[in-house]
Amino acid sequence: MEQTIAVLASAILGTILLLIFAGVARSAQSSASAEDVANATGRWRRTTFWSLVLLFVPIIGYSLTRTPYASGSASPVVVVEATGHQWAWTLAHDTVPAGQPVEIRVTTADVNHGFGLYDANNRLVTQTQAMPGFTNVIRHVFTTPGTYRVLCLEYCGLGHHTMFSQIVVTAAK
Amino acid sequence: MTSTSASDVRTPVIGGQTVYTGITPARGRGLVAAYLGITALVLALLMVFGLLMKASQAGVITIPANRFYQLLTAHGIGMVAISGLGGAGVMWYFLSRYVELSPAILFANLVCFLVGVVLVLGGIFLGGFAAAWTFLFPLPAHSQGVWGTGATASYLVGVLLVGVGFLLLFLDTGRAIIRKYGSLSKALGWPQAFGSSGEQAPPPTVVASTVVTIINIPAIAVGAVILTMSLVNAYAPGFQVNALLAKNLIYFFGHIFINSTIYMAVIGVYEILPTFTGRPWKSSKPFLIAWTATMLMVMAVYPHHLFMDYANPGWAHVLGQILSYASSLPVLAVTAIATLGNVYRSGMKWNITAGLLFASIMGWSVGVVPAVIDGTIAINRVMHNTLWVPGHFHTYLLLGVVAMLFGFMYFLGLSTGATDSALDRAAFWMYVVGTLAFASAFLAAGAMSVPRRWAVHLDPWTSLDRIGAFFALVVVVGAVVFVLKFLRRVRAVGA
Repeated sequence: MEQTIAVLASAILGTILLLIFAGVARSAQSSASAEDVANATGRWRRTTFWSLVLLFVPIIGYSLTRTPYASGSASPVVVVEATGHQWAWTLAHDTVPAGQPVEIRVTTADVNHGFGLYDANNRLVTQTQAMPGFTNVIRHVFTTPGTYRVLCLEYCGLGHHTMFSQIVVTAAK
Repeated sequence: MTSTSASDVRTPVIGGQTVYTGITPARGRGLVAAYLGITALVLALLMVFGLLMKASQAGVITIPANRFYQLLTAHGIGMVAISGLGGAGVMWYFLSRYVELSPAILFANLVCFLVGVVLVLGGIFLGGFAAAWTFLFPLPAHSQGVWGTGATASYLVGVLLVGVGFLLLFLDTGRAIIRKYGSLSKALGWPQAFGSSGEQAPPPTVVASTVVTIINIPAIAVGAVILTMSLVNAYAPGFQVNALLAKNLIYFFGHIFINSTIYMAVIGVYEILPTFTGRPWKSSKPFLIAWTATMLMVMAVYPHHLFMDYANPGWAHVLGQILSYASSLPVLAVTAIATLGNVYRSGMKWNITAGLLFASIMGWSVGVVPAVIDGTIAINRVMHNTLWVPGHFHTYLLLGVVAMLFGFMYFLGLSTGATDSALDRAAFWMYVVGTLAFASAFLAAGAMSVPRRWAVHLDPWTSLDRIGAFFALVVVVGAVVFVLKFLRRVRAVGA
């Protein structure tokens, strides 16, 4: 869902910008009064500024209600302790139920790693950093049973790309 | 695009007076030519490194993991540093027309840079150092035997030396600006932006250079702190640094410095584009306010690199997201619109210089879009450290700051009587179209959740890698033409 939003928004806005720049580039060899263009530029600047502000405010407001940071309200059914090492993951549990809140406590035994949770379609579901001296907590409800992979998403040295592990999500009872 | 020579260059005027208040000092011109000559060579080399990495991920060639991560480290730190060197060359070239800069300091920076680069490259390719350009604490001292303490020290001291050179340079720009304008606030145009001063505001070059000076001095100082702490940790493992603090220091330094390379290079757009359009770039009130806002936001927005470090304070996360969006306003609503207004129906003749500078603002603007989207915490959760990130930064660096640098090189070539050829025009289109396609392959891979900085890619990911590698090759060919053309002209440029 988030990936789709990102791609669509980037493609649409990026294409609009490219078309505007291309159109202006084509216009350059004709002439118009510099004063008229300067006045129009000022109007476009104000219009663009306030349009973006009007676009951004609700997006920022809504999206800040969707952050992944764990709140203290939901009590997890299963707690998974995840520790990054150069170059492997240690998971205290590797089987969790679907449809129930799961808490994944992520830390590291050595350097920074990135705990990236991928679904069966190799799509990133959620992530957090594994940091020396800190425990970052993911609270997640798996909606679909299956085998999820854990990949490292923070460069951690020569074996970075070999850090695979997995979590099996069983059907809700 | 038609062939254009120096005779097509027009002199922009304000109130009957030329915009320029002086000329670049002769000794400075030679040094700037050296800066840009080195920039051209290093850019080409580092682009080839990038192409090799992409070809390896695509399975077209095989690079061992240790060598891949060395290339990754060199490509990253090299691009940041060389963008800084080239940007500094552009800034010095034009700023020296308004304030009295020291060519000796410009030379000292170049010496520090070259010695630092030798140490960095030695640490990487002789010592095997491969902790990425971000050298996240405590990775430099935890290689699992892949590289030694000497290699770590060589890299860290090398980067530190490059930083010392730039610090000297920015102290000199600050000194010269204050001497001419009385204070940094006056050089930022605050009396005109926020007061009722009827005096003419400082020119865009001075305003941008003042911002670059103000933001880089603390950034480099902070960078020096974490470099030194990492160095001490490498030799005395008992000396520990809070990993979260270390990340904050690294990204404060890194974010500001890399953004400042764009701010330095965009001075070329302010100064050169009007010479073709005949419409001067004015320090209007919105321009002055935009630069002050940029200065404040670029120093406070860096927590957006740490959204996935849940331990960072909640207020920092919120601030990072809000400022990520707000930071796009000066680019999209001021710089992009001003560029479009400067060019629109101006009666100009296109040439490679103008084309690259115009395209650079396009690349900067287009690249901002996926960057801002990635600055949304809810989206960052599934995009952070995927190839989405190099997707957006390659757009506004390769087709932003690097296009500005190539545009400046072609501008310098005009003074030698050089004209654009069919090869130049072919290279231009290869570079622009190739970069957009290459960056799009990165973005598409990011949307598929492909992680960044992986030496070996899974089979489902390699089709996009092959597309990316093809367009990377197209970009490199275009860039090599730019580089060779400039190197042929560099002696005449510096004379």
